[in-house]
Amino acid sequence: MFCKCAARASRALRPTHPRCGVLTLPALSDTVSASGTSWSHWTYKRESSNSAWSSKVPQIPTWEPVAENQLPPPDLVDKLERLALVDFGSKEGVDCLEKAIRFADQLHVINTDGVEPMDSVLEDRELYLRDDTITEGECAEELLRLAKHTVEEYFVAPPGNIPLPKREERSAMLKHSEF
Amino acid sequence: LGPVMLDFSVPIRRWVMCRQFQCHQLFISWALLSSLPQMVGVVGLEIHAQIQSTSKLFSGSHVRFLAPPNSLVSHFDASLPGTLPVLNRRCVEAAVLTGLALNCTINRKSLFDRKHYFYADMPAGYQITQQRVPIAVNGMLVYSYFEGRRRNQVVTKSVKIKQIQLEQDSGKSLHDDERSQTLIDLNRAGVGLMELVMEPEMCCGEEAAAAVRELQLILQALGTCQANMAEGQLRVDANVSVHRPGEPLGVRTEVKNINSVRHLAKAIDYEIQRQMEVLQSAGKVLNETRAFDSKSGNTIPMRDKEGLQDYRFMPEPNLPPLFVYESEASVPAGVDPAQVVVIDRLSGQLPELPSVKRTRLVETYGILQEHSFTLVNEDGLIDYFENVVQTTKAEPRKVIGWVIKELMGNLNSQNLNVSQSPISPCALAELISLVESGHISSSTAKQVFQEMWKAPEKTVGQIVKEQDLWMINDKEELQKICKRIVDSHPEEVQIIRGGNKKVLNKLMGEVQRETKGRTDPVQIRAILEKMVS
Repeated sequence: MFCKCAARASRALRPTHPRCGVLTLPALSDTVSASGTSWSHWTYKRESSNSAWSSKVPQIPTWEPVAENQLPPPDLVDKLERLALVDFGSKEGVDCLEKAIRFADQLHVINTDGVEPMDSVLEDRELYLRDDTITEGECAEELLRLAKHTVEEYFVAPPGNIPLPKREERSAMLKHSEF
Repeated sequence: LGPVMLDFSVPIRRWVMCRQFQCHQLFISWALLSSLPQMVGVVGLEIHAQIQSTSKLFSGSHVRFLAPPNSLVSHFDASLPGTLPVLNRRCVEAAVLTGLALNCTINRKSLFDRKHYFYADMPAGYQITQQRVPIAVNGMLVYSYFEGRRRNQVVTKSVKIKQIQLEQDSGKSLHDDERSQTLIDLNRAGVGLMELVMEPEMCCGEEAAAAVRELQLILQALGTCQANMAEGQLRVDANVSVHRPGEPLGVRTEVKNINSVRHLAKAIDYEIQRQMEVLQSAGKVLNETRAFDSKSGNTIPMRDKEGLQDYRFMPEPNLPPLFVYESEASVPAGVDPAQVVVIDRLSGQLPELPSVKRTRLVETYGILQEHSFTLVNEDGLIDYFENVVQTTKAEPRKVIGWVIKELMGNLNSQNLNVSQSPISPCALAELISLVESGHISSSTAKQVFQEMWKAPEKTVGQIVKEQDLWMINDKEELQKICKRIVDSHPEEVQIIRGGNKKVLNKLMGEVQRETKGRTDPVQIRAILEKMVS
């Protein structure tokens, strides 16, 4: 799988995530818990390390391999592709997606009990409220110039949402594309 | 024999149809089923009200119904990269005012989210809305409608409002099926909307229609929305399902494309009926979106849009939380109070709501409740009515009869509104005063009214004089006329003397006909009774 350093992680922590199951390596079986309490393992490790300088970044890489059967089912990825209109194109594309998700999964290690979620760093600022006056508009020509094809000052679109072709058809379509 | 369709309200008819069953078997199953309660409809409304503001929710483009295509579009509305949303204070105030009028709790802090879906009239690919924490929650709308054969028994109900949220409108798509294309006009894209979500507490089309009518009146009184369904300022989607009371709710369908309050009632009633028929014939109701076809009065399934949508809600990163403050005192230091939304200031600006107006009219003038509804529903009618009452010395209860029956009757038949009435409040007041003073009878007055309608330039006096409609009050004259009638109807007199008093009405009718209605029925009756006995 994509993690080559798993074998080296003898005292590794296990950021568990409901989506990805984890291969239990023989060396880890006694330190690994069944579900979701890896954070308590981590504090234990911290307290026992006795170092004045406590970094939240683990000293040893903590990647874990993910078995094929633990990956999200292929139609979930397909559904994501339809919703976001992003084509993963091939196995490499899906692997790339998996890596990206895995990287982000590290966020689940952090304890956020009692901490309000933050959407924006500007939460302590006043949201500026504008006066109700007309300040923009009347630039139809400028906007229509951006479209290749217009009809009498309207933008032109296909008659409805064109559903993404099925996976098999897509691979035929993209055979000659960069993917 | 296929599945038995048992209609609980007409078991006898079904028994005849199902006579192939063993008698006792049918009786048992009927007895069991007839003890089950009837299926009822469950209706929840989702209403989008276009905020009446000069500029859009997040940009400074003008808000107008008719304009050259794409002329009221800014760079932000066209979702050009590098543009950011800037919230319009008037839209926040409109949402807070509406929330206050509907008894909602205003959230001091509310958040904006992005709702992602692809459609050509939404160039950004997402709509900025308030899904997690909307601006107002937990309100109530009180509405009434009339029952009974004469529609004069008022029924008052209420429906809980789950939340009110601010969101963006999308552009308009014009479908050109011939050339297989859609033309997009973004003038409407970005206009502020208030989405009102109601709890599914209503049971039929009539209730939903009454609720929406009341909401229209409230929004118009507040000035936050013009609430004209035909122009798309108020869009109502109905979620309809059926179930037996006490059992869990059934599968619901969403009904769209409803352009008027009457269509709303029809669409909901049709959908409830359709679902009941589907379930009674052992079918299953599908969770789908249906469009209302006004021509046939039916709902038709809309094209299935790629199964269940997942909108992938995420917080809007370009907008920090929206704070509204309780009072000027709670505005933090360093913030200009004129720049922020203060709830106290807005509650002070709340106008008289329709329900309060109705109560005031009933109490001040002693009119019936159903009359107060008509007065409030028609634009300008209250002013007209109050004008007449002040000018004439007649009782308001008499005036209201003229206003509701004669005036509104004529206006409705010619599809005019109150401001277009050919008869001014002064003219009507004059007419009513003449009746009160006994110069013309009430039946003549109705004639005169019609004449005034046709010839608004003539005064009341002119018309009465021209057609010689003055009331006959001379006692001698009245005696003479009555004697004439009594003498020419000897048989009727005998019948009356025999005990049948109702025939007296016939004689009265004769007198009225002779005098062209220029007599007071009360006086005539007295004279005739004396003559006959």
